[in-house]
Amino acid sequence: MDWAALSELWIDTLRILDGSFRLATPLILCAMAGLVSERSGVIDIGLEGKMLAAAFAAAAVASLSGSPWAGLVAALGVSAALALVHGFACITHRGEQIISGVAINILASGGTVVAGIALFRQGGQSPPLMADERFRPIALPGAEALSGIPVIGPFYAELVSGHTLPVYLALIAVPLVAWMLARTTFGLRLRATGEMPLAVDSAGVSVVLIRYRAVLIAGLLCGLAGVFLSTAHGAGFVREMSAGKGYIALAAMIFGKWRPWPVLGACLLFGFLETAAARLQGVQLPLIGEAPVELILMLPYVATVVLLAGFFGRAIPPKALGVPYRKER
Amino acid sequence: MNPDDRAGGTPPAVRLSGISKRFGAVQANRDVDLEVARGSIHGIIGENGAGKSTLVSILYGFYEADAGRIEIDGHVVAIRSSAAAIAQGIGMVHQHFMLVPTFTVLENVMLGAEGGPLLARGAAETRAELLDLSTAYGLEVDPDAKVGDLAVGLQQRVEILKALRRGARILILDEPTGVLTPDETGRLFDILRGLRREGVTILLITHKLREIMAVTDRVSVMRQGEMVAHRETASTTPEELAELMVGRRVAAMPRRELVAALGVDAGGGGTPRARSRPQPNAGALEVRGLGWRDARGITRLSDVSLTLREGEILGLAGVAGNGQSELLDVLSGIATPQSGVIRIGERIINRDRPAGPAELRALGLAHVPEDRHRRGVVLGFTAQENAVLGYQHGPAAGDGRLLSPAALACHCAALMKRFDVRPAAPGLRMSGFSGGNQQKLVLAREIEAEPRILLVGQPTRGVDIGAIEFIHGEILKLRDQGCAILLVSVELDEILALADRVAVMNAGRIVGERRLSGIDAEDRSEIGLMMAGIARIREPAAARPAASPEAGSAEA
Repeated sequence: MDWAALSELWIDTLRILDGSFRLATPLILCAMAGLVSERSGVIDIGLEGKMLAAAFAAAAVASLSGSPWAGLVAALGVSAALALVHGFACITHRGEQIISGVAINILASGGTVVAGIALFRQGGQSPPLMADERFRPIALPGAEALSGIPVIGPFYAELVSGHTLPVYLALIAVPLVAWMLARTTFGLRLRATGEMPLAVDSAGVSVVLIRYRAVLIAGLLCGLAGVFLSTAHGAGFVREMSAGKGYIALAAMIFGKWRPWPVLGACLLFGFLETAAARLQGVQLPLIGEAPVELILMLPYVATVVLLAGFFGRAIPPKALGVPYRKER
Repeated sequence: MNPDDRAGGTPPAVRLSGISKRFGAVQANRDVDLEVARGSIHGIIGENGAGKSTLVSILYGFYEADAGRIEIDGHVVAIRSSAAAIAQGIGMVHQHFMLVPTFTVLENVMLGAEGGPLLARGAAETRAELLDLSTAYGLEVDPDAKVGDLAVGLQQRVEILKALRRGARILILDEPTGVLTPDETGRLFDILRGLRREGVTILLITHKLREIMAVTDRVSVMRQGEMVAHRETASTTPEELAELMVGRRVAAMPRRELVAALGVDAGGGGTPRARSRPQPNAGALEVRGLGWRDARGITRLSDVSLTLREGEILGLAGVAGNGQSELLDVLSGIATPQSGVIRIGERIINRDRPAGPAELRALGLAHVPEDRHRRGVVLGFTAQENAVLGYQHGPAAGDGRLLSPAALACHCAALMKRFDVRPAAPGLRMSGFSGGNQQKLVLAREIEAEPRILLVGQPTRGVDIGAIEFIHGEILKLRDQGCAILLVSVELDEILALADRVAVMNAGRIVGERRLSGIDAEDRSEIGLMMAGIARIREPAAARPAASPEAGSAEA
């Protein structure tokens, strides 16, 4: 194989990795959100709904105000508000956590369309966003200069540089969550709350407060995921644009056994499958020829089922997960 | 240390006055007064449900009292949360430990007082404090061990360390010995005496008279939510305390029942009690090399072998959680053995030929489950429905297909009369009966089937003393009629009172088996050692030979 072909292969690999990483971004943010919430003992099946509502808020406000930053603030606000509703139902009123999460998903699914039609009269979509209403790829310093250098140049330019803000934030979120859980007092209390809330209470710490804070953090992270969908990766809101990513994130979180780094790995794997699916469309495969698009697009979802079917060891969830904390008076 | 001595100048460490607390219809505490002198070990004794735990939970801020006043060192304080109790220097070792099993000892001890937003500095300080406390009070424990991996006795030390590190000068222990072996109990008491020397005030909640007599300075007796007496331990007797607890004279009670019910030390301990004579007949139920793993793949039973003989009670002793519950599940057909065999008469039961509860019942095996509410009764059903559960195809319930309410009521009324179940109301929901009466009805149902083999788990858990006497009497009567009985109990006193032979379980194995000598002190110490897994007293003679070709290999 000559040098040019090798170089081309390298660039191709980098592009696939780059795509994997970009598509994994909403998964990473949502999975970290779910992880923080569930390690405190609150099931969060409403990742999808929070992300969708945030995506709408980001696009709508960015379109109306002309600023992606205003969209970001609105998205975080809407997602955090939904998270607090979930908290109010599950923590304060000890409601059924899965039902509350499903309610949030349904609310977001219908609410975004209704609000979209009311605001823009385009069948539930937001108007397409102009370049300055979106988060643009950030060219890291030196990307231009290094691009001439073989191997490292393309690596830096293709993979490391040129992502939007939410992508970098997702990358930072993982070590941040890992550090928070392992090294901070809040993290210790949060983990204890998810395992043995009585121990936390008897140590004089409020279980309710810890869980609210966890749920709020989850809301903010989902908000960022929504921002990514509509104002960074996409250029506007489209109905149901979250397309089940919240559920795949949930799967990645379980597959990663509620631990930040393995969860990141699971998200990247799902991102890779999605990229591969996109790339395989129309490609002649050996033996089977051209695979139908529908089959290929199924890949990430089939993988979810297969992986969760227990191929990779049993995942042991936090012990108090889904159990409301009741303190008798 | 006289309670009326107010002139002494030092106020009591704790003074509770007029504490009342109601849960729904139940008055858990009624106008309770209590004074605990500083630097003393003060016992609170009472039967199950006497309100002891409620009282100390109020002191520790878990519950808020409806009325009453709490004084700590002479100052009136409001304790609305555990945090407030901790701030007042109160620490508590709960009956069910408040520990995170997946955390290390250090993390558990730190929790709630980490010393800043980041853990690193606090962890170093806590480690040093732990070392100091361990050496000062003889509470050695590895700070980096995972709590879930520690023996129960060590977990309890972690609880004590946690309280001391938070600056507890008043330490409450709620039924601390329920999960301990006799040896661990002895060590706990040494630790408590050490703490008293250092000026710590200790409040010990228990229902065992032996413990009150062994370690306390003063004792308060509770009955039905009320405080009925305060005594100096040195100037009272177990008999007097027992009478105060029960509220009637217990002299008429057979000594054996008193021992079983209250854990009164048998005193001289030299009088052998009547036991059944060894029967030469073959076993009614034989178990050889039984092994079982739970759904998570953890081995719960390994190489269990034992024989139940007609007309004999085999007591299965051991600290809770050592495989007794699992053994009952397998023997009663709820779980299937994964290795080894069970033989009942001609029927061989093993992995390939399992027998469910219905078949076992037909073979003459009856089961009084450990967990009455989960396995024994349906609380929402009426008494008459509960009285035929498992026998609903029999004549007592109807014609086998349709239930006959009249037959049900008639059958249940007869059982209630014979077994003294109160109220004798067949149509009343099971949840309307007290624990003791629920248990009597379960026992009645199983005995009525005239079993050849009876498995009975924790027959007197959560049962009042009157019912204990009755239940023990029925079990002995059944033995005398020739039934083979397996009695599983975590109360060693109960086993000593009823059993003819004792097998001891530890970590899923039978670690020893002996025929009781009837000499209380001797039996007690040997069984205690076996419970701790220290001594393997005597190889069960019949357990060794490979029983049958079908016996699967036992787990390593």
